[in-house]
Amino acid sequence: MATQHSRTAARLMISPAVILLLLWMIVPLSMTLYFSFLRYNLLMPGMETWAGFDNYYYFLTDPAFFSALSNTIILVVGVLLITVIGGVALALLLDQPFWGQGVVRVLVIAPFFVMPTVSALVWKNMFMNPVNGMFAHIAKALGLQPFDFLSHAPLASIILIVAWQWLPFATLILLTALQSLDREQQEAAEMDGASVFARFIYLTVPHLTRAVTVVVLIQTIFLLGVFAEILVTTNGGPGTASTNITYLVYAQSLLNYDVGGGSAGGIVAVILANIVAIFLMRMIGKNLDA
Amino acid sequence: MGKITLRNVTKKFGDVAVIPALNLDIENGEFVVFVGPSGCGKSTLLRLIAGLEDTTDGSILIDGADATDTPPAKRGLAMVFQSYALYPHMSVRKNISFPLKMAGVDPAEATRKVDNAAKVLNLTSYLDRKPGQLSGGQRQRVAIGRAIVREPKAFLFDEPLSNLDAALRVNMRLEITELHQTLKTTMIYVTHDQVEAMTMADKIVVLNAGRIEQVGSPLTLYRNPANVFVAGFIGSPKMNLITGPEAEKRGATTIGIRPEHIDLSTTAGEWQGEVGVSEHLGSDTFLHVHVPGMPTLTVRAGGEYGVHHGDRIFLTPQADKMHRFGADGKAM
Ligand SMILES: Nc1ncnc2c1ncn2[C@@H]1O[C@H](COP(=O)(O)OP(=O)(O)O)[C@@H](O)[C@H]1O
Ligand SMILES: [Mg+2]
Repeated sequence: MATQHSRTAARLMISPAVILLLLWMIVPLSMTLYFSFLRYNLLMPGMETWAGFDNYYYFLTDPAFFSALSNTIILVVGVLLITVIGGVALALLLDQPFWGQGVVRVLVIAPFFVMPTVSALVWKNMFMNPVNGMFAHIAKALGLQPFDFLSHAPLASIILIVAWQWLPFATLILLTALQSLDREQQEAAEMDGASVFARFIYLTVPHLTRAVTVVVLIQTIFLLGVFAEILVTTNGGPGTASTNITYLVYAQSLLNYDVGGGSAGGIVAVILANIVAIFLMRMIGKNLDA
Repeated sequence: MGKITLRNVTKKFGDVAVIPALNLDIENGEFVVFVGPSGCGKSTLLRLIAGLEDTTDGSILIDGADATDTPPAKRGLAMVFQSYALYPHMSVRKNISFPLKMAGVDPAEATRKVDNAAKVLNLTSYLDRKPGQLSGGQRQRVAIGRAIVREPKAFLFDEPLSNLDAALRVNMRLEITELHQTLKTTMIYVTHDQVEAMTMADKIVVLNAGRIEQVGSPLTLYRNPANVFVAGFIGSPKMNLITGPEAEKRGATTIGIRPEHIDLSTTAGEWQGEVGVSEHLGSDTFLHVHVPGMPTLTVRAGGEYGVHHGDRIFLTPQADKMHRFGADGKAM
């Protein structure tokens, strides 16, 4: 892009894509922003009036909001903990040479290809169902009372399902990182008298921080928006025990036909996500520098 | 103490015998250099001694005790790797004190040892840096420091200087030799560079395809190479190896004569040839001379020697410095 001419041509050529992307993002966002200031209920179409910050006031003071906020945080943190710790453990196992390594690696990645709705339904009906689920059968075989996961531990169950889906992703990223660990460094540590455990603490863990950072950043973005798993398993219940912010917005706008309230919730969710993003980048983003 | 004995040590990777049964004695305090072309099994042999590879057969004795199945950390040997293998996220101080920390040495004692090592190796002002912020030579010194603080029975070096530039290499060569003279600890040093071998070693072990071709002091190898391989490998520039009628005339299959053992004359001599390339180093001049019926011969002339490309020249090999090799390649 040396000359003025070629630079202008380049701008001209990428402009359709840029404009399309901009519209794609800006239009829905500004419409949501606009709706969030209206008293807009689908049961009374055409009756929209200006509502000021009322929608925000009602959304933020709704008791459901605080439980949704804490559920969101618990969900994200819980899944992150399970996937990072489990991912490191699995990656360490898969890094060992064993017979059938290739097949096992493919199998481990498999859950990532299952759609969230499908996997949640499989978990709900085939594993966690208190009558026909596998866990119930196991419990009965052991002479125990079957546990109704989705009604007695709804959030934990959802964390389990989502963690199962994301574990392969974490494992994969951590495994590649593990494979790039310098072998001579390991051998040097071995000669320096470091036990397997010490080598893990002093070499592997520092080496993995960057990969863990990537896993945490990417997963957080997706985990803030978990929805399908909640919809098909608990519907946010019992009460609001498994409602996260995303699900609360859905419940507001679609179940209550309250477009204004839902939009306000959406904007709040966007702001919260940005706060989390800034927070994360500040805290662990520096690990990504060289 | 650091006496290492290899008895019939064999190493196979799958069906490939990288090291066929090999015997070697390394005395306490010796500076032993393993030298040989790339891929001849030098690193493998060193790693066997270190315990980083399992022997397929045979035994390794350290100070008389069988160490064949002893894990690396328990052998009391320290290794300096070609890639330095420093721990990238630890400061220089932490790197050097790592083996002490693993051995549970008292922190104050460890600090004292690290400071001592740093002083010996000129690293004192870099102790708080990370390895990534050091030059190649400094990294090399950190790796050596990490080995020194352990006070090992023997040091193992695997081509430690091959990543450094020529000037630094000469410096580090001197530093390592000097370190050996101060510490008087056994050192086993692997290199493919025969100059390093000649300048540093008390004892050179010439390896070829996993076999030991000859063991001896640098000058023994220089004066009495046991076979054609050693003759061609030791010495710079290489010994001239001549086969054919000229060798048969002297009752050998191959004769060898070093560039410094050929007398030059512009008027008379045994072989007559034509000057090809001449390399002027100032202190020496190396002439590449084409003699009919022989490969191009390298001849050393002391100081500046004024001949030009295409000039006629006479060569006379010094008969007492001539090496004769039989059909099996062995010296006669
Ligand atoms: N882990 C291994 N598996 C199979 N072959 C190996 C392995 N390590 C080394 N080799 C082979 O052993 C031979 C000697 O290697 P090495 O000891 O590294 O040579 P050097 O250090 O003398 O250059 C080479 O041919 C190499 O391909
Ligand atoms: Mg090597």
